[in-house]
Amino acid sequence: MGYSFSPETKEKFDVLVTRYPEKKAALIPTLWLAQEELGWLPPEALAYCAELLDLAPSKALSVASFYTMFNLKPVGRYKIEVCRTLSCALCGAFEILDHLENRLGIRVGETTPDGKFTLMTQECLASCGTGPMMQVNGKRYFESLTPQRVDEILNSLA
Amino acid sequence: MSFPKILSANWGVPDNHHINVAMSRGQYDVAREVLGGARTPDDITAEVKKSGLRGRGGAGFPAGMKWGFLPKNDPRPRYLVINADESEPGTYKDRRILENDPHMLIEGCILASYAIQAHACYIYVRGEFWHQQSILRQAVQEAYHKGFLGKNCFGSGYHLDITVHSGAGAYICGEETALLTSLEGERGYPRLKPPFPATHGLFQCPTVVNNVETIANVPWIVRHGGDAYSQIGKYVVGPDGRPQVDSRGTRLMCASGAINKPGVHEIPLGIGLMEYIDEYCGGVKGELKAAIPGGSSCPILTADEVRSVEMTYESMAKHGTMFGSGGLIVLEQQTSLVWVLHNLLRFYSHESCGQCTPCREGTDWLYKILGRMLQGKGTEDDLREVLDIADNMEGRTICALAAAATMPTRSYIQKFREEFVSYFVKGGRPVDRRGRYLHPVAPVGAAV
Ligand SMILES: Cc1cc2nc3c(=O)[nH]c(=O)nc-3n(C[C@H](O)[C@H](O)[C@H](O)COP(=O)(O)O)c2cc1C
Ligand code: SF4
Ligand code: FES
Repeated sequence: MGYSFSPETKEKFDVLVTRYPEKKAALIPTLWLAQEELGWLPPEALAYCAELLDLAPSKALSVASFYTMFNLKPVGRYKIEVCRTLSCALCGAFEILDHLENRLGIRVGETTPDGKFTLMTQECLASCGTGPMMQVNGKRYFESLTPQRVDEILNSLA
Repeated sequence: MSFPKILSANWGVPDNHHINVAMSRGQYDVAREVLGGARTPDDITAEVKKSGLRGRGGAGFPAGMKWGFLPKNDPRPRYLVINADESEPGTYKDRRILENDPHMLIEGCILASYAIQAHACYIYVRGEFWHQQSILRQAVQEAYHKGFLGKNCFGSGYHLDITVHSGAGAYICGEETALLTSLEGERGYPRLKPPFPATHGLFQCPTVVNNVETIANVPWIVRHGGDAYSQIGKYVVGPDGRPQVDSRGTRLMCASGAINKPGVHEIPLGIGLMEYIDEYCGGVKGELKAAIPGGSSCPILTADEVRSVEMTYESMAKHGTMFGSGGLIVLEQQTSLVWVLHNLLRFYSHESCGQCTPCREGTDWLYKILGRMLQGKGTEDDLREVLDIADNMEGRTICALAAAATMPTRSYIQKFREEFVSYFVKGGRPVDRRGRYLHPVAPVGAAV
C-alpha cells in the first residue's frame, strides 16, 4: 500500500474529523493535510483520504478536481501564481508575467527543467490595492511587485 | 463628517490579534454579559434589526431580518456560517479584519450564534488566505483557552464551537449555497433556492450565512445599541412612512485602479462617491473615465455618474448599479473598456461552475466574442449578439454568477457604445500591457 499520514498529521486528522457532524465534511481539510505532506495529491493519497472518511476514491478525485489549489499533478518546488484579474492587470500584472516568463525561460503552465519553478496565473487573490501580486506555493503573498522585486524574490527562493 | 470607527478603530494597534490586547479594550465584555443572561437571544436579534445593518457580502440584505427567518421551535441543529471567501475582483476588506482584528469577528460570531441559538459556527476562509487563516486559528484557540468558546462559554452553560474551514480555490464558493455544498465536502456547486439556507442550509439544517464584515459589526451594535448604529450613515423616511434611503452605519470600502492612494477605508454611508475618491483615495490618477463601484459584478458608472452617485444602496440602484462588496475600481481615460470587459469575462467564464448550460456556454461565448472585438474582428452584429446572449442567460440559471457577468456586460456596451464601435476596424486599437491605448484617438474609419 502506498500512502498514509505521518503520526503528527494523523493526530491533526483525528481532531478535525470531530468538528463536523458528518464525516464527509472533513474531506477538503483532509485533502489539505495530504497535500501539505506531499506537495500534491497522487492517486494513493486520494484513495487514502477517501478511505479515512468511508468514501469511494472516485469521490475524493471528483471533489479535489473542482478546486484550483489542489495539485493533481506534481508541481515545481515553488509554484508561482500571478493574479491576472482587472485591478492587478491595470497596474502591470502582465508585465510581471512577461518578466517571469523571460527570467524562468518557461511559459505559463510550465515547470522549469530543474523542477524548481512552476508558473501559473490566478484570478483575484484579494490584493487588489497592492497589485501586481503573486502567491508562492499557495501560501506567501508577494505584493506591489516590480520586475526588480521579482528578481530579488526569485533569488531568495533557494 | 465625524463618525465613530466601528471596524477599523484598532487596526494600527500592535499585537491586536492577541486576545489580551483585544480584551484590554473591552473585546468580549458584551458577549460575556449577554451569555451571562443579561439579554435574551431575541433581544440581540431585535437590536441588530434596529441598527439597520445590511449584509456587506454583496446583496445588502438586512442582517437582523435574515436571522429572524430561522424557523422557531425546530428540533434540528442550527448553524452560523461566516463567509470569508472574499474573492469578488476588487475586494480585499474582509482580509483586513482577519489580519487586524480577528477577535472582533469571533465575538461577533458568539453573539450571532447566541441570537440564532446555534452551537456550531463555521468560518469558511478562502484557501489562498493561508496567512489570515493561521492568525484566525490562533485567535480561536486563544478564545477556547480563555473559556469563551466550547462547552461552557464564559461559564454560562452555553455551548459554542467555532471551526475555521479552509476553501481550496473556487470563486463560486463565495456564493452562499455553493459555500454550504463545499463545506459539506462536495464540489462547490450552488443549489437552487428555494429552499433557502434559513430552512435547509448546512447539512439540511436551518442556517444563517453572513459575511465577515457584517458579523464584525455586531459587538459594537450590541454594546452601543442599534439606535447608536443607525445614527450613522443615511436614513430617510418618505411621505408614506417607509424608508426611502436605508443605508445606515459605516462600511469598509476597498479602492483600486486609477487612484493615488489605494487602500481599505471605513466610511460613513451616504457620502458622495467622488468625495470618497478625493478625500480617502487621494483623487483620480489621470482623467476619470468610469468606475466600478462594488466589485466586478456591478454595472459600470460613467464619469458623470461617479460625480453624482452617493454611497448608499439606493443611490447606487438609481444609477443602475449596486454597492456590492465595496470594491471600487477606478478607470481613467486612456484605459480601453473593451480590454477591461474582456478581462472580466475571462474571469467569469473561468469561474462558472458549469452546472447550468446558459452560464457555462454563455460566459464562454461572451469572452470569445470580446476577444474577437479586441482583435478588431468584431462587427455591429457581434454587439447585438452579446446583448442577446446576455438576455438568454439571465433568469435561467441556478445562481447569480450568470447575472454577475451579464449585468456589467450590458452596462459597458450601453454606456460606452461608441468605444466598442471604434474597435470595428481591422486590427482593433492597440493597447499596452496595462490596457492603455497607444493611440488615444480612434483610428480613421472606425466609426460605423
Ligand atoms: C457569484 C457570487 C459570489 C459571491 N462571493 C461572495 C464572497 O466572496 N464573499 C461574501 O461574503 N459574499 C459573496 N457572495 C454573496 C453571498 O452569496 C451571500 O449573499 C453573503 O455571503 C451573505 O452575507 P451578508 O448578508 O452578510 O452579506 C457571492 C454571491 C455570488 C452570487
Ligand atoms: S449560474 Fe453559473 S456558476 Fe451559478 S450554478 Fe449555474 S453554471 Fe454554476
Ligand atoms: S485583482 Fe489581483 S488581487 Fe484582486
